Amino acid sequence: MSERIVVDPLTRIEGHLRIEADIENGKIKDAYSSGTMVRGIETIVKDRDPRDAWVFVGRVCGVCTSIHSLCSVRAVENAFDIVIPPNAEMVRNIMTAVLYMHDHVVHFYQLHALDWVDVVSALKADPAEASLLAQKLSPWPKSSTGYFTALKERLTKFVGSGQLGIFANGYWGHPAYKLTPEQNLIAVAHYLEALEWQKEIVKVHAVFGGKNPHPNYLVGGMPCSIDLNEANAINTERLDLVKQKLQEAKTFIDQVYIPDLLMIANVYKDEWSKLGGGVKNYLAYGDFPMYEYGETDNYKMPRGIVLDRDLSKVHPVDANSPEEIKEYIYHSWYNYTQGDKAGLHPYDGETNLNYTGPRPPYTHLNVEDKYSWIKTPRWKEEPMEVGPLARMIVAYAAGKEPQKSLIDDTLKQLDLPAEALFSTLGRTAARGLETKLTADWALEFYDRLIKNLENGDSRMVNHYMWESEAWPKHAQGVGLTEAPRGALAHFIVIENNKVKNYQMVVPTTWNASPRDEIGKLSAYESALIGTPIHDPKQPLEILRTIHSFDPCLACAVHLYDEEGKYVHQMDTF
Amino acid sequence: MEHKRPSIYEECLQKGISRRDFLKFCTTVAALIGLESSGVAQVVKALETKPRLPVIWLHLQECTCCSESFIRSYHPTVGNLLFDNISLDYTETLMAASGFQAEACKEETMKKYWGEYILMIEGSIPTKDEAYCCVGGKSAMQIVEECAEGAKAIIAWGNCASAGCVQAANPNPTGAKAIHKLIKGKPLMNVQGCPPIADVMTGVIVYMLTYDRMPQLDALGRPKMFYSRRVHDTCYRRANFDAGLFVESFDDENAKRGYCLYKVGCKGPNTYNACGIIKWNESTSYPIQSGHPCLGCSEAGFWDMSPFYKRLPDVHGFGIEATADQIGLAVGAATVAGIAVHAVATNIRKKELIDNDEPESKSTV
Repeated sequence: MSERIVVDPLTRIEGHLRIEADIENGKIKDAYSSGTMVRGIETIVKDRDPRDAWVFVGRVCGVCTSIHSLCSVRAVENAFDIVIPPNAEMVRNIMTAVLYMHDHVVHFYQLHALDWVDVVSALKADPAEASLLAQKLSPWPKSSTGYFTALKERLTKFVGSGQLGIFANGYWGHPAYKLTPEQNLIAVAHYLEALEWQKEIVKVHAVFGGKNPHPNYLVGGMPCSIDLNEANAINTERLDLVKQKLQEAKTFIDQVYIPDLLMIANVYKDEWSKLGGGVKNYLAYGDFPMYEYGETDNYKMPRGIVLDRDLSKVHPVDANSPEEIKEYIYHSWYNYTQGDKAGLHPYDGETNLNYTGPRPPYTHLNVEDKYSWIKTPRWKEEPMEVGPLARMIVAYAAGKEPQKSLIDDTLKQLDLPAEALFSTLGRTAARGLETKLTADWALEFYDRLIKNLENGDSRMVNHYMWESEAWPKHAQGVGLTEAPRGALAHFIVIENNKVKNYQMVVPTTWNASPRDEIGKLSAYESALIGTPIHDPKQPLEILRTIHSFDPCLACAVHLYDEEGKYVHQMDTF
Repeated sequence: MEHKRPSIYEECLQKGISRRDFLKFCTTVAALIGLESSGVAQVVKALETKPRLPVIWLHLQECTCCSESFIRSYHPTVGNLLFDNISLDYTETLMAASGFQAEACKEETMKKYWGEYILMIEGSIPTKDEAYCCVGGKSAMQIVEECAEGAKAIIAWGNCASAGCVQAANPNPTGAKAIHKLIKGKPLMNVQGCPPIADVMTGVIVYMLTYDRMPQLDALGRPKMFYSRRVHDTCYRRANFDAGLFVESFDDENAKRGYCLYKVGCKGPNTYNACGIIKWNESTSYPIQSGHPCLGCSEAGFWDMSPFYKRLPDVHGFGIEATADQIGLAVGAATVAGIAVHAVATNIRKKELIDNDEPESKSTV
């Protein structure tokens, strides 16, 4: 007889995720992933000026901020055949690289680390031992005995105050925590340092986009003008600020993030390189064009699909093909005019809501029926995992450098076979490795920008097709990118100068979606099957695997319904 | 109070932060929330003697940009300290606990600090069907009603909680509503913006810690210390507006020179926010400085002020610009003519003020 456990809210993610899991003989037998919030942004964009769309859809997510805006301006540029100037391409690359660095570091320390790091255990650390260990792991200068002594004291006082704040009620002392007190203390130190550091790197977004979260973009280029001889434009002072932040970021990632990742991986590798693999197909659209967005061969991250973990072949993907990507709603709270078993390509996507779940407050969802606001996307009827692991696997299978060598070296360092990639640990490690790469690439993009300026090209916007008078009566386009959490596509149909249809197929939709009609599981649900649960009241193991995907639910659910069923209004203001 | 909590100053000492640094922090905070130098002592006293403020932070229909902005708060060493010195007992984004243990954190805080805790809300409430937003099996409305009852005050973060934001834009498919439309009988403050500036968020918290009351609010429930000035009036490009120097299209010569963005859609003239004063990300920049028009994100309903790249059809400001634009509209002038009239009118008005030796603030309201 199995026992159903519920984790809701699943915290340290973006948005509202609920996991229900059936436990039998100490292992997860089946699992159900549900998105429990809906807003309706795609509908709100309809009938608006396509040049405005990025502002709306950018607000899909404030954690992976900027990437939906980028994807949206690319969709419009694709619809109107606009090629942006090289400077704008490099500035966009730098901004996306900055997002990766920020998002992955914050994910590792603020969202994921507490699954591996026992904060309370750090109280037992010997600061001198911690210092020795830290200096062995990395040249990072904040590693003295005094530094760790002060931190330990600060932590002791904090715990002693009785107000544990965000650290209250963690699964502290759970036997699945394996780090030594000294390792835990080092990780806590870097948790706090990362919180300070993350404010620095996003200044790059402020320079080019005016603010972060939610920096500004522009159809046709970027809104920030560059002029090396003007006080109000992006000039040498601004560019130096950018360069310095990129260099500091590289140092932090190389000297703090990567050593910590390897330290943690070494301790947990025996168990967690074998758990949490899930679906065996990996999809990446690729990104970081070295020249033009349209030239996919020059992407730093290659495009393609790996099927059934066969690393000998990379399959092509065509987002425009009506035969490839389709969205299903068999277990999602929607209906289609063609019936609940139909699959629709995003250009023809429908958004008719049909909530059939229990009325809140509820204790369990009816998982036999519909149970999520997330639709179920499929590529040629197959579920796909997307995200850092998918990107690294596609690059590895394609023999792309420097990804391949970096993966091989890391596996060697950890004494693990290539199969270890297909796991919870593989996912967490892939995220770290690509952060290291984006830190290097960001400086490369910066150098290319400077070179271009040196050659006398300071253009930032292509005005071709800015004015609506030039637009065709009907146009459609797709914007593709890699959000930190995985493959992201925006589809736009423009008619009579207005948005006629807008659809987003986002990373967490691929990963967190419910099973399809024939019972094929998507990535989250599949990755949980077979995971041992030590204590059903403290399902730390579920958090480890789900967090390894870095869930982002606001993105995953963005559909709506016109039909109001219930209005709860206490007062008007 | 059954539980003796250390004051913020005591915690500073415990954390090895010197009194000198502590006083420096207080001065920064005092300056930030617009106090005279004499107010510094008050901040010092408040932080020295008051215990950590228990906080429940709810996430409803939102994108988490407010939480992201909040962690960008910038006071070296003490930004971190401030984060520690409210006791953030429930926040889905950062808390270690999940599932029923997370719910338990919330319930314990409500029980232990009934009438004392601050309820901070990120996100709007769907009213067309409560199932549009559920956490832990409860609907957003049920959770807010539960948590609001014992709260000392409510802070509505950002445009979502203050005005419904993007999901409330036409046709507002989920019936998204601001908190103040649904909850009454509690002191409530709307800290506007999409998201609000990080230091604005921490600024209002410090104000409440210091004075044990809400800051003065404007008619829309926004703290006046950050939302009493138009972006237009505090814009470093304002002189270009007055002189009639405008960006005609993005990345043109005028854009490079940093001329006014009014003609490419800047909503600065009817937006009240501190972007031009505090700026973003440790004063690195703000949208206008980086070449993009202000979108007006701290105003209710700004989403439906689109298309964004058109000049405002109507400027709902006070003072001479409104008059100028009305003149422009009255003569049926096109954009360019309107602005020309505006600029001329502004300068005539200025000349009058100077000739008559009048203070501008008195005579223009």
